[in-house]
Amino acid sequence: MRNTADVVVIGGGVHGCSIAYHLAQKGIKNVVLLEKNYLASGGTGRSAAGIRHQFGTEINIRLSATSIKMMENLAGELDYPHGIDLMQGGYMMLAYTESQLDQFKKNAEMQNSLMNAGTKVLSVDEIVRITPALNTEGLVGASFNKRDGHVDPFHVTQAYADAAKRLGVEINTRTEVVDIITEGNRVTGVVTGKGEVISTPAVVNAAGPHGAIIGKMVGIDIPLYPERHQILVTEPLEMFLPCMVISFTHGTYFKQTPHGSLLLGVGDPEHEVKDFNQESTWQFLEDVARKITYHMPALKNVRIVRQWAGLYDITPDSQAILGKTDIEGFYLDVGWSGHGLQLGPVVGKLMAQVIAGEKPDIDISVMSIDRFKTGALIPEPACV
Amino acid sequence: MPDRTIVCRCEDLTLEEIRDLIKKGYQSIEEIKRVSRCGMGPCQGRGCRQIVAQEIAGATGKNMEEIKMPKFRPPVKPIKLSILLGGEDKNA
Ligand SMILES: Cc1cc2nc3c(=O)[nH]c(=O)nc-3n(C[C@H](O)[C@H](O)[C@H](O)COP(=O)(O)OP(=O)(O)OC[C@H]3O[C@@H](n4cnc5c(N)ncnc54)[C@H](O)[C@@H]3O)c2cc1C
Repeated sequence: MRNTADVVVIGGGVHGCSIAYHLAQKGIKNVVLLEKNYLASGGTGRSAAGIRHQFGTEINIRLSATSIKMMENLAGELDYPHGIDLMQGGYMMLAYTESQLDQFKKNAEMQNSLMNAGTKVLSVDEIVRITPALNTEGLVGASFNKRDGHVDPFHVTQAYADAAKRLGVEINTRTEVVDIITEGNRVTGVVTGKGEVISTPAVVNAAGPHGAIIGKMVGIDIPLYPERHQILVTEPLEMFLPCMVISFTHGTYFKQTPHGSLLLGVGDPEHEVKDFNQESTWQFLEDVARKITYHMPALKNVRIVRQWAGLYDITPDSQAILGKTDIEGFYLDVGWSGHGLQLGPVVGKLMAQVIAGEKPDIDISVMSIDRFKTGALIPEPACV
Repeated sequence: MPDRTIVCRCEDLTLEEIRDLIKKGYQSIEEIKRVSRCGMGPCQGRGCRQIVAQEIAGATGKNMEEIKMPKFRPPVKPIKLSILLGGEDKNA
């Protein structure tokens, strides 16, 4: 392992790998990435892998639309033969009340005027035409974008990692960061679990739910905590569901993957544990069964084969924390609160620009950690 | 000659493909599973885990005991969603 680096990236999820690639692409060649397990072993490999334009804050709309454009050409740009299994069948966000529909209309206007996203607000009839199997009881409309969809999280991460390695980045898996060395107010190195020390003037914290622990290593309090979220997978079926369906009212989302299986998810912040426990639970199976067969009664006869769990890294406003900190050379890319997979491509690029001292293509200053001091929170209304 | 012995029958993966992945650096069952879907079909790895573990052990010079087995997650066998709804009625 190298013992000096221009930048050390902590975390081999989609964000860490994208940052490492974009740094190298800028000509910052001596980049070392440290991952305590294997690549995509954290939230990245456990996500539902949805990508969508349909957010409700200006910053997320700008980021996601740009990121989706990047993903449309990613396999080619990164020369990744397997491809990233991008599937754009749309996202349908169900509205059960007029006020919810009004919010979706506002969001759609913002998405379309800022980024020309092509989001539409659908009537119940239009919904049924796209998803005939959906129970329309209580529905008043939906928001729909046909360029939203799915991407394979493992392959996006691996594509960035492979391209980064070709540009000279050193990626060390099964290597945990246990301490960060500072002198005065600046970072000077990191220490691994094997006792190795890497001298470096710059460290990026892309450790997902463990980000707060990394923050403590330099004496910074990062307001984020882990929260378990679970997913259930069915046997593969003939393609019948073209789009991801989300209901904020029920906390549910479900979609069919390119492989044919259905992914069924329910967010349950009230009952889910808020620690590093990633065990699957039986209660979750029952909860999903009830809620999903309500949305799609025909699914009663479908067999489920597996469930899994992963951690969200939640912040007080469900928005990420990005950029510089009070410790010189210590950068943050954490706190994605359950929607960060899709933003890995664009945010990796912007973080590389910030670290290189350039003005980022998209102004991410609203996502700075300073907002928790100033109170300028940016709550995202469109989250499960 | 490529070894076309099928290792994972659910996802149709050959011994050759598994060996290639190990050569590429995917040296745990978890990693191989995520990149190839090996063990993610209806049998949930009951057929292939052991073979993949042996291949990893052989290629990396580790003992079988050192190869970490992925978690078996519920349900143990594929079940219909309607069976889970049974629990609903009891609590109603
Ligand atoms: C159930 C579920 C569903 C989701 N659905 C979606 C979705 O549909 N769309 C979407 O965009 N997002 C979704 N997400 C969120 C998404 O998965 C995350 O926001 C995203 O993957 C975060 O990526 P990351 O690289 O920041 O973090 P992670 O992937 O968590 O990576 C952090 C890495 O840091 C490593 N690490 C931690 N501590 C250390 C240390 N001390 N030393 C070295 N390495 C360390 C970890 O091992 C880990 O690999 C979902 C998440 C879950 C759990």
